Amino acid sequence: MRGYNFAYLDEQTKRMIRRAILKAVAIPGHQVPFGGREMPLPYGWGTGGIQVTAAILGPQDVLKVIDQGADDTTNAVSIRRFFARVAGIATTTRTTEASVIQTRHRIPETKLRADQILVYQVPQPEPLYRLEPSRVAARRLHALAEYGAMHVRLYEDIARLGAVAISYDYPVLVNRRYITSPSPIPAFDNPKLHRMAALQLFGAGREKRIYAIPPYTEVRSLDFEDHPFRPHRADGACALCGARDSYLDEVLTDDRGGRMFVCSDTDYCAGRAA
Amino acid sequence: MSTPPLLRAEGLCLSYGALAALDQVGLALWPGEVLAVVGESGSGKTSLLDVLSGRRTPDAGTVLYQDESGATREVHAMAAPLLRRLHRSDWGFVHQDPRESLRMEISAGGNIGERLMESGRRHYGAIRATAAHWLAEVEIDPARIDEPPRRFSGGMRQRLQIARALVTHPRLLFMDEPTGGLDVSVQARILDLLRRLVARHRIAAVLVTHDLGVARLLAQRIAVMRAGRVVETGLTDQVLDDPLHPYSQLLVSAVLRV
Amino acid sequence: MAYVAVKGGERAIDAAHAWREAARRGDPAVPALSTAQIAGQLGRAVERVMAEASLHDPVLAALAIRQAEGDLIEAAFLLRAFRTTLPRFGAALPLETGRMAVRRRVSAIFKDVPGGQILGPTTDYTHRLLDFTLLDDAPPPAAPRASDPVEAMPRVAELLAAEGLLRPEPASEVTPFDLTREALAHPAPRDARLQGLARGDEGFLLGMGYSTQRGYGGSHPFAGEIRMGAVSVELVPDELGFPIDIGEVVLTECQMVNQFHGGKTEPACFTAGYGLAFGQADRRAMAMALLDRAMQAEELGEAVTAPAQNPEFVLAHADNIEATGFVEHLKLPHYVDFQSEAEAVRRLRAAALAKAAE
Repeated sequence: MRGYNFAYLDEQTKRMIRRAILKAVAIPGHQVPFGGREMPLPYGWGTGGIQVTAAILGPQDVLKVIDQGADDTTNAVSIRRFFARVAGIATTTRTTEASVIQTRHRIPETKLRADQILVYQVPQPEPLYRLEPSRVAARRLHALAEYGAMHVRLYEDIARLGAVAISYDYPVLVNRRYITSPSPIPAFDNPKLHRMAALQLFGAGREKRIYAIPPYTEVRSLDFEDHPFRPHRADGACALCGARDSYLDEVLTDDRGGRMFVCSDTDYCAGRAA
Repeated sequence: MSTPPLLRAEGLCLSYGALAALDQVGLALWPGEVLAVVGESGSGKTSLLDVLSGRRTPDAGTVLYQDESGATREVHAMAAPLLRRLHRSDWGFVHQDPRESLRMEISAGGNIGERLMESGRRHYGAIRATAAHWLAEVEIDPARIDEPPRRFSGGMRQRLQIARALVTHPRLLFMDEPTGGLDVSVQARILDLLRRLVARHRIAAVLVTHDLGVARLLAQRIAVMRAGRVVETGLTDQVLDDPLHPYSQLLVSAVLRV
Repeated sequence: MAYVAVKGGERAIDAAHAWREAARRGDPAVPALSTAQIAGQLGRAVERVMAEASLHDPVLAALAIRQAEGDLIEAAFLLRAFRTTLPRFGAALPLETGRMAVRRRVSAIFKDVPGGQILGPTTDYTHRLLDFTLLDDAPPPAAPRASDPVEAMPRVAELLAAEGLLRPEPASEVTPFDLTREALAHPAPRDARLQGLARGDEGFLLGMGYSTQRGYGGSHPFAGEIRMGAVSVELVPDELGFPIDIGEVVLTECQMVNQFHGGKTEPACFTAGYGLAFGQADRRAMAMALLDRAMQAEELGEAVTAPAQNPEFVLAHADNIEATGFVEHLKLPHYVDFQSEAEAVRRLRAAALAKAAE
């Protein structure tokens, strides 16, 4: 686009972000501060993911952007158009065709390959923030791997409700070292984080943090031996493609309790229905 | 004595500006022994506790601790993660104000269980059973396992704090005025409880108190502090019944006069 | 059906943008606002946008205000997003506010000071009555001109410091932190804190500064000096090696003089809070100075008890562009997470009901 560098950010900024990404890959699950820039989209709307994507995109890349698993949600459309405009790269809605996938709140149902990169938009990179709002104190807890309080949170859920009540942004232990936020994906998606072939990069623009899960890294959802982590989905089949293994969105069809379930991953659904 | 001390401090100095909180303090604690550090407020005893437990770095001097493997560790030279590991499991801390170690909004079971989870225990049922056992040990009805300490009386909170400290079977307990601020009848029950538990589990303890009655009940040995110095140490009965140092005499007579 | 409605995001976005453009222009029968009108007649809005965007450019700020339909946070956002794309030629020398061409200067701690008290173009003593003559665009009365040239005006803080009454600020040659290029780390040094305050939301600074006056971290402030006027900006180009004047900016500077400090080791002295803002911005500069002082609590050995004394809290929440983005992002779709949450609630309810039925 005229007047702007390829993929919007200047090359100095991209190098700074790439350095942060390399460090993040070297220390899986550890949050690396970076000098986040103002982006022409609001904070909280994917500025972290956009900066990571901008820093790794090359002219040959094919980009897919999803929000809530769908390519056609307004924010996904907006971000996809942004890159089509400022980088002039090819975009796709097909998971298998994409080399870079930027996502908010979902991991595609289709298994990702080693030649793909998944970029997550992260609103709150600090998994301990509800227990310890001071980031100075939280950083110390990470350094000492002092994670008892996080397990207390799970313990309290089981004592009170009989089960862990965290249903999204379910904390994980990456590479047996750092407790990490998987971003607000449904807990259903957590098993996909584990030993994924694709590189997973997480960008938090407002909080100015980048972290990563390198390919094939061990990622465990926190749990107890006698209350193992269990992913949940709505019990039903997609009304469009009949899938029983995909994550389902609930759609209210009338005001008399009518509802239907459809795949949240629109590409997966379209591929099955075709 | 042939067995080496569990904890040994030598030449500890600490000052706040011109004020010397610790002045060449040395002491030793043997396994299973309770040592009371007594003195008026401002005598440096809480500073001593902070330095012994590694929570504060002294200006000079060393604190050596013999860990479970038998290795001698210099407390203030340890890497932070190792020191934290000691605090999470091998050591316990009982504060005067239970709010310093309890989470007031978390259930009693969660408060006790946290120490187990910090040490890597991951079986919910076992953690809960252990928590219930320790509630009974400190005479709290295990049926109250899911209640937060917010709803407990001051004495119960203190007993819950003790259960939390002891659940990992520490070999060393630091206690800072553990019965301060409680009613006399409540105090007696807690002292009785502490004496039984410490003896049964053979826990060594450093007890800081201004109350010589507490020291007499719990400690085998006493160190008397004044203005940052240890002026007298000895067996509890010996020091309390026949103090040698004029300041100890003053302290003892002040109590007797009350 | 609802499911179909979320399709067609592209068309919806295009239509929304078009509607927005039409709405911005308003009634076409009314003449359009020019940026010159905004820059010239809505000066306080322009200055606020420049401060919160960290970019001194009245014309672009006016453009942003017009484009944002007067939404000043949105305008600051537009300007900041533009700023971030600009190349850097260099850094100006520190501004010398002691050599300011003063238009306004008041000190609340002395009846008179060298150089005198100058009210300047203030609204301080106006009666807040709506002026209906402005409806008819009546020309303003002629303002009188001072006959005497303004004499040298040393900063009041320097007068106090010369007597040793004000805690000295150690000079430093270290290159200041750059909040626009580096991630803020805590504990943040004072240069980083002042930068965060300088671009902070005026309403937030005001509310937090106000809280210190109501007992949440108070420090007995006195307005030592508030001065406003034009200051030269100087730059040393590499090829010249000596400073050249590249223009001037109008600034408001506030020096708060606060409760004294000291004890056995240090003789008693007052402490200072500092505020600096583009344009005529007493409120902003004063609130900033209150917060700068409150955030020194830990360094001065004071008890940190109030939010205003906690730099991590203040700086993390002062930026209105970050704040508005995150607050407003709640209107983005969250239905995947909500679905997960709803399923969990249903499951827990079913388990509880089944247990109750036993």
